[in-house]
Parts: sequence; structure tokens; C-alpha cells
Amino acid sequence: MRNPTRTTVRSGAVALSVLLAAAACGRSESGGPTAQGACAGQQTTGITASSVKLGGIYPLSGPSSAYGEIPKGVKAYFDYVNAEKGGVNGRKIEFTVRDDGYQPPKSVEEARRLVEQENVFALFQTLGTPTSAAVMQYANQRKVPQVFVSSGASMWGADPAKHPWTIGWQPSYLSEGALYGQYLKADKPNARVAVLYQNDDFGKDLRAGFTKAIAGSSVKIVAEQTYEVTDPSIDPQMRNLAGSKADVFLDITTPKFGSQALAADARNTGWNPLHIINNVASSPTVLKPVGFKNVQNIVSAAFFKDPSDPQWADDAEMKQYKEKLKQYAPGLDPSVPYYTQGWAAAASVTKVLAAMKCPTREGLMESARNLKDVPSELLLPGIVMNTGPKDSYPIESLQLQKFQGERWTLFGKVIDTRVGL
Amino acid sequence: MADFIQQLVEGLGSGAIYASLALALVLIYQFTGIVNFAQGELAMFSTFIAWSFVQAGVPFWLALILTLAVSFLGGMAIERIVIRPVEGAPELTLVIVTLGLFILVNAAAGWIWSFLIKDFPSPFPESALHLGGVSLNYSTLGVLGVVAAVMGVLYALFRFTKIGLAMRAVASNPASARLSGVRVGRVLALGWGLAATVGAVSGVLVAPVLFLEPNMMGGVLVYAFAAATLGGFDSPLGAVVGGLVVGVAETLAGAYVGAIGSDLKIGVPLAIIIGVLLVRPQGLFGRAAVERA
Repeated sequence: MRNPTRTTVRSGAVALSVLLAAAACGRSESGGPTAQGACAGQQTTGITASSVKLGGIYPLSGPSSAYGEIPKGVKAYFDYVNAEKGGVNGRKIEFTVRDDGYQPPKSVEEARRLVEQENVFALFQTLGTPTSAAVMQYANQRKVPQVFVSSGASMWGADPAKHPWTIGWQPSYLSEGALYGQYLKADKPNARVAVLYQNDDFGKDLRAGFTKAIAGSSVKIVAEQTYEVTDPSIDPQMRNLAGSKADVFLDITTPKFGSQALAADARNTGWNPLHIINNVASSPTVLKPVGFKNVQNIVSAAFFKDPSDPQWADDAEMKQYKEKLKQYAPGLDPSVPYYTQGWAAAASVTKVLAAMKCPTREGLMESARNLKDVPSELLLPGIVMNTGPKDSYPIESLQLQKFQGERWTLFGKVIDTRVGL
Repeated sequence: MADFIQQLVEGLGSGAIYASLALALVLIYQFTGIVNFAQGELAMFSTFIAWSFVQAGVPFWLALILTLAVSFLGGMAIERIVIRPVEGAPELTLVIVTLGLFILVNAAAGWIWSFLIKDFPSPFPESALHLGGVSLNYSTLGVLGVVAAVMGVLYALFRFTKIGLAMRAVASNPASARLSGVRVGRVLALGWGLAATVGAVSGVLVAPVLFLEPNMMGGVLVYAFAAATLGGFDSPLGAVVGGLVVGVAETLAGAYVGAIGSDLKIGVPLAIIIGVLLVRPQGLFGRAAVERA
């Protein structure tokens, strides 16, 4: 039975304790201010009625610094939303970018600075697998949201109970690997595959997804080579793979090594496998230095619209992106997909911010974990975001694409990799 | 057998790249007595300058000559502005200054040209020579040829010229050199200028293979150090032989030693550095420093 007096007493006690906490040191258990009313006790650090502070960590320097272009797209989107839509629910988004040089200890240091000195509301996009993994421990101890991690590692969504404050965004590398496996099983059932992969969680995840998908079929891996991000060149690995005479080459690399592998494949006229390159190295900024004529008919996968694909020339979202990027980030070339990706991720997080029931850190995570068929700007038609208490992977669909002429051409249907796994 | 020779050729190809940068390291050590950690980054920066010239429509060879001239002047300027104030300080100070330069030049290149990779035109034909199942890229041959030529020039410079003598004097004992009438400051500046020029050649040679971006030389530098340590920091011939040995050892170990594979390849140059320092610290071709008691 409900006892009105008791409820009043309890809420009075809660209010009092909040007041006391505020009076004592002005800090909650994890060190920041908390909300009143319906969302009482939840953290409100970095969010006010008129602003919300987000912090992103990217390799602006160091070997993976090509990804340092992504935050420029993010920034442009937030500037556009702030200037033309008055922010999200009246809150202007302040976005602070920090450089970790792709070094995990630095990522944690930057996360600490963002959280403890800048008092950000949430970490939006930490880029990279080892770097984000290091931040994940800190964010979860500290109870700070780490939303839409910019990495396809499977770990962001693997254990929501243990890491409730972390969530990924793009399709996981496991899904992507599985997609290539399914494609080969259907299209080249007797493929003999040579695999080159980066010797870390990223490379191993993608390879694991692929291996799982081809298990029991007549698609066989006949040669495998790994490389370290510190290797100057992967030519020796390519030489060893060419010796296998495989008819498919699965290229699991980050941008610079992607270019090197494509160039090595093109130079070696004696070995002409079907070259499958993973999404992270499929940007034209990777292919162009190799020469478009040398990368014809290579295969990859995509989940957002390619800005250089003429089929989106009249697409409203694409037109808006190109126009507004020019306006808010003059000098950036809209056809570079890193900007498109940043724009798309920023649009997605803006939807999550808009849907928050409580304007608190807890409210943000609840909103991010409760996406039901939410479309988001620049995602391929048919790809929507879905999450739930047990599903922490917002995007899990991809479409295959083939490089023809000077751009990627989509083929086949959008494939939901959850079905195949 | 053909496969083994092919691996050997690949090894020589990467070895030539390491040797080209090792030559610059040896050169600056000869002139100034310090190991310059920023040498690779300066080479990368020079390559970006060459790239900018080519982008602006300057023909390749003219762009190369302009770049070498700019690098020479740039190297001298760095000596004047950055190194001169700490001249005569303990070696450790100088090494730390070059480390600072490493970070500065890397960041500056990223700031000016961004970290997106760029393609760099190769001065050599793209095709390959096929000989009995072994394919040999013309670019590998070209790099080997250029490295040999640079080595010859440096050897002649060290051995037969007055400036070579002056510079050896400066490196071994700046105070005595100054007393004998050698203009130490000028020799040091010349050393930095020449090393930057040789570095520029190295950068231009490797850029078509590794693709140009600010971190292009980071990995190469480790191998170049191994090469210079192996060959001896005071011998151009040693640098080249060292580079080739490191390249071949690394490639063969990666291909044939199962326990190493491609995972542990990076360990090979480090093992070589430690091994040489333990057994023969002056390197294969180097002269041991003899000090009068």
C-alpha cells in the first residue's frame, strides 16, 4: 500500500541529502553536480539549460593521424546545428577536440583532462581501438558517458552490464568480416584467400568475423601475414602472400598500409587476386595516391553515403551536408568521406541528445540504449540505428561496394549482419 | 630457389631505403659528433617541399634540385638557430635538442600539409625486370644506384678533401681544431646542410614506395640507426653495407624463421643494435676511438 506521508518524507530526505551534499562540497559521489526533481541524483556536469559540452579524442598527430580529419566534420555539423537550429532543445553544443597521437596512455590523460578540468558532459567519439579501450576503463569508473566510440571493435557493446557507460556506433569489425565471408561463400564458393591484417584487436576482430562466416564452407584461408603499425613498409608481407597464389586477397589495414598494400598488389602483375579492402582503408584519400586505374574492381563495404557517388547528387541530406560544410568549415573538401563520417556521427549523437528524457549523463546513456529504428543523416537507405538493453551495437548493416572508374559503386542489398551471425 | 632469391631482392630493396637515411646519420655524426634523431623528419620535410614544387607544376628534376638547395640552406639555418646556442654542451643536451626538433618538425609538417597521405612521383620506371622467375623493380635498382653514388661522393669528401679533413678535426676535437685555424662554426653548419641534403635524397627515394605523410620516416629511422650502428657511425660504406644487411636479415627472418614471422620483424634491427654494441661497439667498418691516457 502506498503511504503518502512516507513518500513525502523520503523525497524530503533525498532533497535534504542533495542539499547537504551541495552545501558540503557541491559534488556528487563522482564529483559533479546532480539534478533535482524527477531526475534527482543524476549527474548534470557539463550540461545547462543553454549548453552541453562534449569532448572528443582523436589522433591529430602520429601514425594514424589521417583520422584526425573526422572531428572537422563533427565540428561543422555542431556549428551548423548551433547557428541554424539554436542547438539541441535550446542547448548549444560545445565540442572540444583533444589529440592523443593514437597512444592509449595519452588517450586516458586527455580523457581525464576533458572530464576533470573541462567538465564535459560526455565523451563523444574517442577514435581507435586500443585508445578507446584504455579510456573505457576510466569512463566507466568515473561514470562518464563514452558514446559512439569511433571504432568498430566488438568490445564496446560486448558486455553492457560491465561497461554501461560505453557504446559504439559504426558496424563492428566482426560484422564487417562476416559480411565478406558471406559474400565469398555466395559468389566465389571455392575461393582461396590470402589475409593481411594489422596485429591488434582491430585486425583480429575483422579476421575472426571472416573466419567464423566461412567456417564449414569450401572458402579456405591459404596464407596469412600480419604487420605492426610501426613497420615502415608491408612489401615483404605482400611478397609472401603473393607466393600463395590465392585468388582472393583480404586486406585488413589502416589507411597508410592500405595504400601500400594496394600499390604492392598493382605492381605485382603476376598475381591478380580479387582485392577486398576493409572499410577503414576504403576512403578515396587512400585510393587516390595509388592511382584510381590501379584499384579498379576492388571490393569493400559501406554504411554511409559516399559524397562522390553521383547517385546521391540530388539527395537532400547530401546536398545539405555539402552546402553546410562549405559554409561552416570553409576549405574542407566535402568529397573526403572522413568529413561525411564525422557529420553522420554528429547527426546521430544529436538525435540521442534530443531524445534524452533527463538532461543528465544517465539520461544520455538511457537514450543511447533505447534507439528503435532511428534513421540518421547520410546513412545508406535502409540502414537505421537500433539498440536495446541487450543490443549495444547501433548500426549493424552494411552494403558491398565495388570501385569502378573514380568512385565506389554499391552492389547487392543492404545486409543486416545480425541475421548471418 | 627463385623464391629465396626473390626474398633476397626484397631485402636489398628495403635495405637500400634504410641505407639512404643511414648515410645522412653517418654524415652528421662525422661532422658534429652527435646522433641526430631529427634526421628522418628533416628528410620527410624536404620531401614535402619537393612535393609542393611538383604540385606547383615544376618538372621533377628541377624540383629535386630546388629541394636539395632549400634543404642545404635549411639544414645550415637549423644549425645556426637551434644548435649553435647549445654548442659545446654535453652530448646528451644535443641529443635531447634533436629529439625536440623531431617532434617540432613532425608537427609542423602535419600542420602545413595535413596528415592525409600523398602520392609522390617516382623518378624510375614503374615496371620490373624479370630474370628466371625473379622480378626486380627498376625502382629498387634505381634506389640502389643512387645510394651507391651518394656513398661514393661522401667517401671522397671525407677522404680526399680539405673540408673533409677539417670536419674530421672538428668532430674529434673542436678546441684543437679551432686553435689550428679551422672555422668550427662554419664546418658545423656545413655538416648540417649536407646531412639535410643527403636526407632529402633519401626522402625523395622512399616516398614513392612508402607514400608521403608526416610519419613516413618514423619507422625507417629505427632501421637506419641499426644500419649505422652495424656499419659504424663513421663510415659511409659501413652505413650502406649495414643497411643492406639489416634489410636482408629482417626480410629473411620474417619469411623463413617461423618463430619471428612478420610479428617480430621489428625486433631484428633492435637485436642487431644490441648485439653490435656488445660485441663490436665501433661497428663493422668503424674505427675504435683511441684516447691518450
